[in-house]
Amino acid sequence: MSGVLSNVVLDPFAQGIMQRALVEIVLLGIAGGLLGCWIVFHRLSYSAEALPHAMFPGLVGAALIGAPLVLGGAVGLLVAALAISAAARIPTIDRDTSISVVFTSMFGLGVLLALSPDSPPGVQELLFGDVLGLTAGDVATAAGLTAVVLIALRVLHPRLLATAFDRDAARTLGVRPGLVDLLLVTLIAVATLICVQALGNLFVAATLVAPAAGARLFGRGVPTTMAIACGIAIACGIAGLYLSYYAHTATGASIAGVTVAVYVVLAGAARLAALRDRPLPAR
Amino acid sequence: MSDDHPQMSTTEAIGAAATGGVAEVCGHAAAGDEPGRLLLELDGVAAGYDQALALRDVGFRAHAGERIAILGPNGGGKTTLFRVVLGELAVREGRLALHDEVAVVPQTERSRLDFPVSALDVVLMGTIAHRPWWRGAGREERAKARAALRAVGLEDRADAGFGALSGGQRQRVLVARALVRDSRILLFDEPFTGLDTASSERLQQLIDELAAAGHVLLIATHDVGQARGWDRVLCLNGRQVAFGDPAATLTADTLQATYGHDLLRLGDGDAVAVICDHRHG
Repeated sequence: MSGVLSNVVLDPFAQGIMQRALVEIVLLGIAGGLLGCWIVFHRLSYSAEALPHAMFPGLVGAALIGAPLVLGGAVGLLVAALAISAAARIPTIDRDTSISVVFTSMFGLGVLLALSPDSPPGVQELLFGDVLGLTAGDVATAAGLTAVVLIALRVLHPRLLATAFDRDAARTLGVRPGLVDLLLVTLIAVATLICVQALGNLFVAATLVAPAAGARLFGRGVPTTMAIACGIAIACGIAGLYLSYYAHTATGASIAGVTVAVYVVLAGAARLAALRDRPLPAR
Repeated sequence: MSDDHPQMSTTEAIGAAATGGVAEVCGHAAAGDEPGRLLLELDGVAAGYDQALALRDVGFRAHAGERIAILGPNGGGKTTLFRVVLGELAVREGRLALHDEVAVVPQTERSRLDFPVSALDVVLMGTIAHRPWWRGAGREERAKARAALRAVGLEDRADAGFGALSGGQRQRVLVARALVRDSRILLFDEPFTGLDTASSERLQQLIDELAAAGHVLLIATHDVGQARGWDRVLCLNGRQVAFGDPAATLTADTLQATYGHDLLRLGDGDAVAVICDHRHG
C-alpha cells in the first residue's frame, strides 16, 4: 500500500521537466507569497491583477523580436502609464475608467499579437504559461529574480510596514509613501516576469494575491502571515502540478484553480470561525 | 532611498523655497534640557493650499515644559499649523524657527486597526529616520522602543496586536513612537477623541509627565475646559485670534472670535459650549 502511495507521490517527479517545475513552483511560492502580503496589506490587489495585463503587449513584442522580456515589460508599463495619463486629461473620462480602458486595451493588443497565426511557437505561452517547458536557464533566471525580490522586500520592510499602517503618519516618520508605492509596483512587475513564463499572464494574479489574501485571514502578525502565504502558495502549486499530471489539465490553470479554491475554503472557514466567536444575542 | 531626518531636511528646503517666508532649523537639544528653553518660534507665519491662505498672522514662542492647547473650529487652521511645523507645508509669509526635532502623535483612528502589527512594531516605526535606509531595527532600536513603551506604561503590552489595544493604550503607543525619535517638540492631534474617562486621565497624566521632562506639547483640542488647565492656549480661526495664559486668554469674547457660530454662550458669564465635529482643516 505504502509502495503504491509512494509511487503516486514520487512518480511525477522522476522526470527532469517536473523537477524543474517543482523548483520553479517553490520559487514562485516564496516570491509571490511574500510580495502578495504587501500587495494585500497595501490594498493593491487590483493593481496586481492589472499590471501584468498592461505589460503583456510589451512582453509579447519582446518575445517576437528576441529582446529581453524585462525590457519589453518595462516598455509595456511605460506605454500604459502614458496612456492613462493622457486619458485622465480628458474631462469626461474619470480616472477609474481611463485605467480600466487602458489596461483592457493593452491586454487585448497583447492577445492579438500572441495569438496571431504569424507568431512563432512559444509566444502563446506568455498568455497561458508552460511550467513544464522551462529550461534550467529559465529556472536560474527565476531564482535570480526571486533573490532580487527577497532582498528588496527585506530592505523595504520597515517602510512598507509604516506606509501600510498609516500613510499620512509615515510621511512624518521619514518615509516617502510615493517612493514606496513606486518600488512596490516595480517589484510586482519583477514578480510578473518570474511568474509569466511558468503560469502565464492570465494566472499571475492568482499566485500573487490569493495565497496572501488567504493567509491574511488567519495570520496574527506580519511574519506569520508571510509564512502562511508562502506555505499556501507552495502547497497549492505542488497540488496543481499533481492535478495537471494525473488529470492531464493545463498546468498554469490547474495551479491557479487550486490556489483560488483554497482561498475560497479559507475564506469560508474564517467566516464560520467569526460566526462561532460572535456573542449570542441577549434574550 | 534617502530618508534623512524629514523635518530637518524638509524644513530647510522650505526655507529656501518659501515665497517670502523663512523656516529655520537651529541647534539640536540634548535630552534633559533645562525647563523654559526656547524650542519653537513663529513670527507672522502664513500658510495655505493652492492660491489661498488657510492661516495667517501666527506668532508665538513655545518653551520646554509648556503644554499649549490649540483651539479653533474645524477648518480654523489647527491641522495647517501642524503641517507647517512638520515641514509639509511651506511658510509663505513670516518666519518659523525650530530649535529641536518635531514629532507628531496622530489620531489613532487614522491607523489601520486590522493591520497585523504589534505595539512594539509601531514604536519601532519611529526609529526609521534615525538609521541607514538599508538597515532594519537592531538590538539598540528595540531596547529604545521598549524603553519608550515603559515610559508610557505599556512595556508589558509590547507584543500585543495594536488593534487589540484599547483606544487609550493605542494613543499611548503612538506617544511612545514619538518619544523614540528624541523629539522635544511634540504635536498632538486631538488625542482625547473617543477616549473614556479613565483613558483620558491616564493620557492627561502622561502629557503632564512629558512636559515635566522638558518637552513642549502642542495639543489640538476642542475641549476648552481642558485647555484652561494647561500652560498656554493658542486660539486660531484662519488667523491667530489670541495666545497666552489660559486664565487671561479664554474669555467669552475671545472664544466667540475663535469659534463664531460654533459657540454657545451658557448664561451671562464666561460659560460656553463648543459645537464641533471632527473634520480637519
